[in-house]
Amino acid sequence: MKKSINGSTLKKFITLALTFAIVQVLVSTNIINDYIFSTLATICINIILATSLNLITGFTGQFSLGHAGFMSIGAYTCAIITLRNPTMLGFVIGALAGAMLAAFIGFFVGLPTLRLKGDYLAIATLGMSEIIRILFINLDSVTNGAAGLSGIPQFINWGWLFVFTAGTIILLNNFIKSSYGRACISLREDEIAAESMGINSTKYKVIAFVTGAFFAGIAGAVYSSYYYFLEPNLFNFQKSIDILVIVVLGGLGSLSGSVIAAILLALISTYLQSFPELRMVIYAILLIVIMLFRPQGIMGSKELSLTVFKKWTRGLRDKKNGGVA
Amino acid sequence: MLEITNLNVHFGVIHAIKGISLTVNEGEIVTLIGANGAGKTTTLRTISGLKKPTSGTITFEGNDITNLDARQRVKIGISQVPEGRRVFSTMTVLENLELGAYLRRDKAGINKDYQMVFERFPILADRKKQMAGTLSGGEQQMLAMGRALMSRPKLLFLDEPSMGLAPLLVQEIFDIIKDINDKGTTILLVEQNASMALQIADRAYVMETGKITLSGTGKELIQSEEIKKAYLGG
Amino acid sequence: MEQFLQQLINGISLGSIYALIALGYTMVYGVIKLINFAHGDVYMLGAYIGYFCITNLNLGFFPSLLISMLVCALLGATIEKIAYKPLRNASRIAVLITAIGVSLFLEYGTMFFVKPDPRSYPPLTGFMAKTFRVGNLLITSQQILIIIITVVLMIALQLIVKRTRIGKAMRAVSLDGDAAQLMGISVDRTISFTFILGSALAGAAGILVGIYYNSINPLMGTMPGLKAFVAAVFGGIGIIPGAMIGGYFIGLVEVMVSGYGNSMYRDAVVFAILIIILIVKPSGLLGKETREKV
Repeated sequence: MKKSINGSTLKKFITLALTFAIVQVLVSTNIINDYIFSTLATICINIILATSLNLITGFTGQFSLGHAGFMSIGAYTCAIITLRNPTMLGFVIGALAGAMLAAFIGFFVGLPTLRLKGDYLAIATLGMSEIIRILFINLDSVTNGAAGLSGIPQFINWGWLFVFTAGTIILLNNFIKSSYGRACISLREDEIAAESMGINSTKYKVIAFVTGAFFAGIAGAVYSSYYYFLEPNLFNFQKSIDILVIVVLGGLGSLSGSVIAAILLALISTYLQSFPELRMVIYAILLIVIMLFRPQGIMGSKELSLTVFKKWTRGLRDKKNGGVA
Repeated sequence: MLEITNLNVHFGVIHAIKGISLTVNEGEIVTLIGANGAGKTTTLRTISGLKKPTSGTITFEGNDITNLDARQRVKIGISQVPEGRRVFSTMTVLENLELGAYLRRDKAGINKDYQMVFERFPILADRKKQMAGTLSGGEQQMLAMGRALMSRPKLLFLDEPSMGLAPLLVQEIFDIIKDINDKGTTILLVEQNASMALQIADRAYVMETGKITLSGTGKELIQSEEIKKAYLGG
Repeated sequence: MEQFLQQLINGISLGSIYALIALGYTMVYGVIKLINFAHGDVYMLGAYIGYFCITNLNLGFFPSLLISMLVCALLGATIEKIAYKPLRNASRIAVLITAIGVSLFLEYGTMFFVKPDPRSYPPLTGFMAKTFRVGNLLITSQQILIIIITVVLMIALQLIVKRTRIGKAMRAVSLDGDAAQLMGISVDRTISFTFILGSALAGAAGILVGIYYNSINPLMGTMPGLKAFVAAVFGGIGIIPGAMIGGYFIGLVEVMVSGYGNSMYRDAVVFAILIIILIVKPSGLLGKETREKV
């Protein structure tokens, strides 16, 4: 038993190290140029956002429309700190401070509102994120108002992107596999039943919400440091919807689904860059069609792993041999 | 009149009704008794068209009605007084009765039936303009019955009409059920109060965990040792 | 005092528009328990249809109003048929996501056809361009028109809901869907009718806002849509008079915050109200507390 766990951990570690090394080589040799790298950065930021929203909405079943709000808190906090202290240490402190502040606000917003059911919660979180945005517009002295902050020191390279993205996925995956994660999933499946089993629903909802907010804050920090420009309207309702589309497309309750969908949608939007309206129309149709025909998204609540892949190839083989798959 | 053959109903993976068959003949009072969770209400909901069966057939007056929706079933003369009365609480007594006659267009006939309901339940006439939600439990039960009668049903289902009522009222409700039947409406009655139900029923079925385990005339079952032990408290 | 009265008039005008939109939210929520996110966009389309009737077809205000209401009604029913009806038994979250999808589709689909730039409504002429002066108060004929049309529509709605067969069916479905089916009421038809009614009111609100603010754009429905939803929640979602009261309340609050405080904060105040109601009394002003059935 123990041996097999070590084996799979080792395999995962090798996969991660290989991914990092290959991309690093491509970046160093300039095969991944600045243009491709910006798509890569978008993908990584969206992966952090989508996996963390998936924890709240997909795994715990709490419909949040305010993820952009938490992201903006992380982005502004990190930007303000790095602007005053433009060192690598300043950036790391800024990112952590931003994530923690986002988590802190998430706690205060989540505690009262998470008692609300589905659609009420959605509207409350949406309202919260709008309030945050309006505050950023009006806190001129700190945020420079609607004009936004520019010239934010840039520290994001592939190394940092990788650390933050892989770190988020690994930590969220561990959370979901833990007893906390199982409690959260049981709330999604049947809150009343879970409560009757002694699961404190408010506690676990708040934990999931705060954890999700924390990583949204990280994503914001990465965003601010990569794009070195921020304005409050980047974090409007639309942004929250963008993240939601990724989560829904990938599958509510599948981290690997979110990763796949983030990559897929980044490619689609790069392709449709010069037709912004069309991009949104396609997003809209995607949402509707997925809900009508495949509400579980690309991955359902399954995770992509080697075993799934093996099963799939075995299924194909069986079909070929005329067996009943 | 009503013939159910081999009916199966599922809720997701739960097999709630397991292949039951039952018959209600014209003019009868048939009762379906059994413990809480035996599947009585689900059976009624399926016959009314609120729940789709997985398999089996339902015929009414010789026609297969398995695929009709609830509305079409009301139209051909099936009406239900649901469990817990389910009156429209923020609508007046009169509006509730009006909705009972929703599919009828004969104004004169409807007006006559208001009178019929008010004669049977004089208290409702006094409370015509009152919100249904402000009525007492017994009055709400009467309203629910009056509302069901407004569609002029040939076959009337009553789901737990005695639930939550004082004993004196229970007797009154059962007298009224008997009287409705005497005036020509066939009745299928679901009850937990087995002794009362068996007294007025021509025939009875006993349901346990989704199956019909016993059937017979009301008199036979009331004598049965098994029934006495399980449902009549002795 | 005078300034207050002036704000009051402005607030009632704006509130009328919110109230008209909020009615649609509340009625739809009543029958299918769905926050129809696309409702604000039906209102936006109402504004564009009115614009098209007035500018391109050279129609007068009233015919344009009727056409706008009619087209929006059809649109509402179509949206329900295509996007929501197949999801009748799906989870609430799935339907809500679909509603967001429909909303985006209407917004960006419209933007694709009419371009994102705002358009201005043609100026009104004759009586409709007049401004009345009472003491130092200014009342425009647009404001009078908005207030009167809203009141007329609300009375008509009350009559439909209270007196007609289909209106009673609507209330019955909203109170207890299963019991309504046992009366022989077709739930599907009632839901369609509810969308028709709500969307017609949103269409009216759209053209009214067009003549009031002059400027329309494809994303104009988002904010008023959300605020109208707040209004519906404030009054007690699912309750028709609640939506009317809520609409006027939110309109007044917004105007007062702009007039006496900082107009930059007016949206924030509305959302703060929402969060406070949801925490303190989620059933709203006129709603009764209901406990979740275990």
